[in-house]
Amino acid sequence: MQSNTSSKPAPHSSEKPDERIQRVPFWKKALSRPELGALAGTVLVLAFFIVAASGTGMFTPAGIVNFLEVAAQLGIIATAAALLMIGGEFDLSIGSMIGLAGILIAIPAVEYGWPLWAAILLAFSCAGLVGWINGNLVNKTGLPSFIVTLGFLFILRGLAIGISRLLTGRTQIGGIHEHMQGDWFAALFSGEVATGLFSWMAAQGWIATNFAGNPLVTGIPVSIVWWLGLTAVATWVLLCTPYGNWIFASGGDANAARNSGVPVRRVKISLFMFTAFSATIFACLQVMDTGSADTIRGLLKELEAIIAVVIGGALLTGGYGSAIGAALGALIFGLVQMGIFYTGVNTDWFQVFLGVMLLVAVLFNNFMRKKAMEAK
Amino acid sequence: MSKRTPMIEMRHVSKHFGSVIALSDISMAVCSGEVMCLLGDNGAGKSTLIKTLSGVHRPTDGQMLLNGEEVSFKSPAYALDAGIATVFQDLAMIPLMSITRNFFMGREPTTGWGLFKRIDWKRADRIAMQEMSKIGIDVRDPSQPVGTLSGGERQCVAIARAVYFGAKVLILDEPTSALGVKQASVVLRYIAKARADGLAVIFITHNVHHAYPVADAFTLLKRGGSLGSFRKEDISREEVLNMMAGGAELESLDAELAEFQHTDQEDQRSARPEAAPQNQASSV
Ligand SMILES: Nc1ncnc2c1ncn2[C@@H]1O[C@H](COP(=O)(O)OP(=O)(O)OP(=O)(O)O)[C@@H](O)[C@H]1O
Ligand SMILES: [Mg+2]
Repeated sequence: MQSNTSSKPAPHSSEKPDERIQRVPFWKKALSRPELGALAGTVLVLAFFIVAASGTGMFTPAGIVNFLEVAAQLGIIATAAALLMIGGEFDLSIGSMIGLAGILIAIPAVEYGWPLWAAILLAFSCAGLVGWINGNLVNKTGLPSFIVTLGFLFILRGLAIGISRLLTGRTQIGGIHEHMQGDWFAALFSGEVATGLFSWMAAQGWIATNFAGNPLVTGIPVSIVWWLGLTAVATWVLLCTPYGNWIFASGGDANAARNSGVPVRRVKISLFMFTAFSATIFACLQVMDTGSADTIRGLLKELEAIIAVVIGGALLTGGYGSAIGAALGALIFGLVQMGIFYTGVNTDWFQVFLGVMLLVAVLFNNFMRKKAMEAK
Repeated sequence: MSKRTPMIEMRHVSKHFGSVIALSDISMAVCSGEVMCLLGDNGAGKSTLIKTLSGVHRPTDGQMLLNGEEVSFKSPAYALDAGIATVFQDLAMIPLMSITRNFFMGREPTTGWGLFKRIDWKRADRIAMQEMSKIGIDVRDPSQPVGTLSGGERQCVAIARAVYFGAKVLILDEPTSALGVKQASVVLRYIAKARADGLAVIFITHNVHHAYPVADAFTLLKRGGSLGSFRKEDISREEVLNMMAGGAELESLDAELAEFQHTDQEDQRSARPEAAPQNQASSV
């Protein structure tokens, strides 16, 4: 209303605010963020279980670590799946890659006496190769990544079983724990951090202790650190770096992106490699945790990752989404899975709940996105 | 013409898509400080030609020269690096991305170093707003998704982007098709300014009132072939119009319109008595 102060209506100049702009309120800006739905969902689910699972131990430190660990494992692959989906592609071979990576770590270490770090590097190299092949096939053939990686879902699972049977005659390889001693690289994927803090908190009497005065929860599992770290890095990349801009562009319209000078092929190949790497990180954490590898590990994880990403507000068609959303999606996943366990509901119902959640999330996100586009 | 080395030149360029011959044996040269207007019917191959120049397509045959040196662009990124900026007919914009993100897509201004290199969003937003207001569009919010802009505003983002990044050659494929009078005149002024700055400009339009005032030369395409280049001195506005519309087609259009009028009168005459079905059937 600046024209009120002068006698004649002010001529339009670029220094004056545009009369069509109303100051965009903070909450309206927040509405247009992709992770809003997931945030609302997290609050809802959390509130539900705080009531429903009160007194069951779900929200004691041990219970919290439990559901965070579930969320963390899924969150690690969901972060990569989110970047890939924003980049316009799917990777259905994540789950099989988890199984294969586990075998690739366990067999050289246990059967051939490799140091664990070398076996882990082998797994990461193979994962890089798989991602590279996936990406190149999608780029070169122009086939939907859905089909290409569906092929690899079977190929990698078959390879895991085949290699394992051929070399060891079994599909399960145990005894990794003995090889972990003193291996600096394996240490990145095992154990807990901030153990000092937790014993200090126990000494202060802030957290529960056992009869010996040691805390029940001795630290934060390293998987949670990986999860938060990867989510933070992915968010930084998406929001702040040129590469992040290229991911959005490649997924939004690959052709337009290429015509504007974005190296779309390189972006997609690197994203496929990242999902394969994330599957390998998952496998490392699991192998170090359980001390064994199994060819059927990671079954259906690719779908769970996609669910988490979609709950997190990403568009299946690409070009829209967030890593924080995927992390929240994974958190919801962990909350529900452990919540059902703690509340004593028959776990058979978990999958029903999951499917319903997915549908609700998609509908809600769709609705919010439309609202956001109008509000602008 | 002159002894100057053309800024951009095509020599006997052909482009085939499978069995479709989209361009055949095109030769064309544009010097710096010159505006070349590409004319031709729908489907004549204008867009294919400029896409070949800007690295989207690789020519099936022939040579392209930039400033006298032969070039071959693996992708549009290489053409951009060489200083060729293009406004594509489909604009090459991502609807879900913000104005700023679109503006700097593939050419993001960064700050910081090493692992902490990041987009300088403040600068990017400011430049995008500035460039847009220069073209006569007041951006309400640079983080607004391009998909929520009007068609003309979107076209202006693409033009502002190309003008901002074009260093040697500026290519515009029907940039004024959705623009209002004010914005179109700004675009024409941009073209004139780019010419004054020594850029080589290639401009495609179906509007003779846009083409004639700014062009120095015209190249006419027809069904993938070139009918030659003409200097502005050698050709009048009417001749350009004729070339664009195909003079013969205008004449036959006149004849057809007269024909319509004629049959209209016939119809009215035959409709005057009680409608006779057999009569109408025969007139169809
Ligand atoms: N990628 C492609 N694959 C096959 N044919 C193509 C391809 N691109 C263009 N063509 C064909 O080449 C011809 C020229 O198309 P082009 O887009 O260059 O026309 P244009 O002169 O720009 O027309 P308009 O004025 O309508 O924009 C058309 O017949 C088109 O069908
Ligand atoms: Mg065209």
